[in-house]
Amino acid sequence: MSVVTANRPAAAAPAPLDLRRSSLPLRRRLVDNLSKVLMTMTLLVALVPLGLVVYYVIAKGGSIISWDFLTGDIPRSARRAGGGMGPAIAGTLVITGTAALLAVPLGVLGAIYLNEYGKQRPLARFIRTMADVMTGVPSIVMGLFILVVWVLTVKEKSAFAGALALACLMLPVIIRSTEEMLRLVPDELRQASAALGARRWKTTLSVVLPAAISGIVSGVMLAIARAAGETAPIVVVVGITYETNWSLFGLNTALPAQIFNNATEPYPAAELRAWGAALTLMVIVLLFTVIARLISSRFAIKER
Amino acid sequence: MTVVDNPASLTRKDPGRHADRLFWALCVSAGLAVLLILGLILASMLQQSLPALTKEFFTSSTWVPNDPDEAGPLTPHFGSLTFLFGTVIVSLIALVVAVPVSLGIALFLTELAPRRVRSTVVLLVDMLAAVPSVVFGLWGIIVVAPALVPVYEWLHDTLGGIPVLGSLFGETVSSGRNFMTAGLIVAVMIIPIITSISREVFATVPSSDKQAAYALGATRWEMIKGAVLPHSFGGVVGAVILGLGRAMGETIAVALVVGSAVQITPNLLASGYALPAVIVNTFGEASGDLRAALIGMGVVLFILTVGVNLLARVVVRRAEIRMKGAPA
Repeated sequence: MSVVTANRPAAAAPAPLDLRRSSLPLRRRLVDNLSKVLMTMTLLVALVPLGLVVYYVIAKGGSIISWDFLTGDIPRSARRAGGGMGPAIAGTLVITGTAALLAVPLGVLGAIYLNEYGKQRPLARFIRTMADVMTGVPSIVMGLFILVVWVLTVKEKSAFAGALALACLMLPVIIRSTEEMLRLVPDELRQASAALGARRWKTTLSVVLPAAISGIVSGVMLAIARAAGETAPIVVVVGITYETNWSLFGLNTALPAQIFNNATEPYPAAELRAWGAALTLMVIVLLFTVIARLISSRFAIKER
Repeated sequence: MTVVDNPASLTRKDPGRHADRLFWALCVSAGLAVLLILGLILASMLQQSLPALTKEFFTSSTWVPNDPDEAGPLTPHFGSLTFLFGTVIVSLIALVVAVPVSLGIALFLTELAPRRVRSTVVLLVDMLAAVPSVVFGLWGIIVVAPALVPVYEWLHDTLGGIPVLGSLFGETVSSGRNFMTAGLIVAVMIIPIITSISREVFATVPSSDKQAAYALGATRWEMIKGAVLPHSFGGVVGAVILGLGRAMGETIAVALVVGSAVQITPNLLASGYALPAVIVNTFGEASGDLRAALIGMGVVLFILTVGVNLLARVVVRRAEIRMKGAPA
C-alpha cells in the first residue's frame, strides 16, 4: 500500500475539476437562463388576462351594483338606463338549482356503479370513456339536443329546459369526480362493514359515501359553478323575460344570457348592465368555487 | 359470550337481497344514462337535421338563409363550409398561442417553482378556468378588440408586403372583431386545461431519469429537453388535442368577438364566423329548413368534438401505457 503511494509523484495529481456553474460554456448557460426566463414569462402571459378581466369586471361592474340592480326588473328597451338583473338572478338560481337536483343523484349513482360494481369490466370501462367524451361535448350542442327532444315536443321554452341542458353538462363531471373520490375510500372500510353483516347497498350508503362525502360535495360545487356560467344552452332553450319568474315553466332568463344580450347592444346603459351582470355572475361562481375548495381542503380524505 | 340463537339465520336468504338487486339496478341505469344521452343526442339531432344534410351543406360556402326580397329569384342556400373554416382557423390560432404558453407554465410548475409559489399559481390557473366564457366574451368585445386595432394595423403595415405573410395579415377591421381576436380569447380559455393535463404528465417523469441527466452534467434546460419532454411527448399531444376539442366547441366568446361575417378569407385580421357562433346567433328566429341546417351544424360539431376527444383519450392512454408499463 505504502509502496503504491510512494510511487505516485505528488506533482502528477490531476487538477480538481471545476464544477462551478460559471465554468459551463457561455452558450449553455445562456440557453439555460433564457429557458427559465421564458417559462416564467409564459406564466405572466396567462395571468395578465386573468388580472385584466377581474379588474374590468370589478371596476366597471362595481359602480352599478346596488340593491335596486340586484332586484329590479330588466328594462324592456336595452337603450334605457336603470333597471336591474333581478329576473336574471332568479332565473340563474332556479335553472342551476334544478340542474343540480337532476344531475347530482344520477351522477353519484353512476359513479357508485363504476367504482363499486363495474370496476374494470368492459361495460364500466366503456361508460367511463363515454363520460370523458361527454365532458367534451360543447354546451351549444347540449342546448340543441334539449331543444330537439324537449322544447320542440312540449312547444315551450322554459327554465326546466335550461335545467335539463345544464344537467346533461354536469352529469359526466359529477360522475368522474365522484368516482375519483370513491376510489380513495380504503377497501378495509368496505370489508369491515361486510364482516358486520351489512348488505352491499347498506355498506355503500352508510360507510363508503359518508367517507367520501367531502370530496363529492366539492366536485359537485365545482360542477355547479361551471354550469352557472354556461350561456349557449340558456340562449337557445330558455327564451327571454323581463320580469322575475320563479317558476320552472314559462319563459325565463339567466345572468349569462343577459350578459350576452347586453354586450352586443351599442348603448352605454346596456354595456353597464352587462358589466354589472358579469360581476354578479362572477361573485356567484367564485362563491361556489371557494366553498368547494374549503370543503375539500378541510375535510379531505388523506390519499394513501 | 354471545350465542347465535339460530345458526341458520346467518345464511338465511333475507329480504335485504332484494334491496341489493334494486340498488344495483339503480346504479347501473344511472351509468347507462350517459350512453343513453349520447345516443339520443346523435339520433334525435340527426333525425331533425336530415332535410338539411344535402351535398350542398358540406361542400358549399353560400349561406343565404332567407329569401331577401320575398318573391325574388334567390332560393335559400345552406352551405356551412364558411363556418367550418372559421371554427378551424380560430381553433388553430388559439392552439398556436396557447400550447407554448401552457407548456411553459406546466414546466415552470413542475421543474422551476418553489413549493409555495406552485400552489398559488395552480390556484390562479384554476381561477382562469372558472371565469365564465361569456365574461371573457364581454371583456373581448368591449376592451380587447378595440385595444388591439392599432396592433393589428401595425402588423398589417409591417408584414402586409411580404408574399405569404401578407395575405395572412391583410386589411384590419376597424372594430377589431376578427379571427385573431377570437383566437386570442379562446387561447386564454384553453390554457388552463392544457396546463393542468401537461402538468400531470410532466409529474410522471421518473426522478431517476432527471437525476441521470443531472449526473451527466446537464443544465436544467438540457435536463428538460433530454429527459422530461421526450418522456411526456404522448401525454402532451393528448393534452393539446383536448384543448383543440374545447376550442372548437367554444361558443359565446367567439360569437361575440369573431365579427359575424360570412366569408372565407386567408386574412386573419378580417371578420369571420364559426359553427357554434352562427348557431347561437341565428337560432332565435329559425324555423323550417334553416333550423334543420343549424341543427345539422350541431351534429357536425358533435361528431367533430367527440372524435377529437376520443382521439385524445387514445393518445393519452397509449402514452400512459408506455410510461407505466400497464394500463392505468
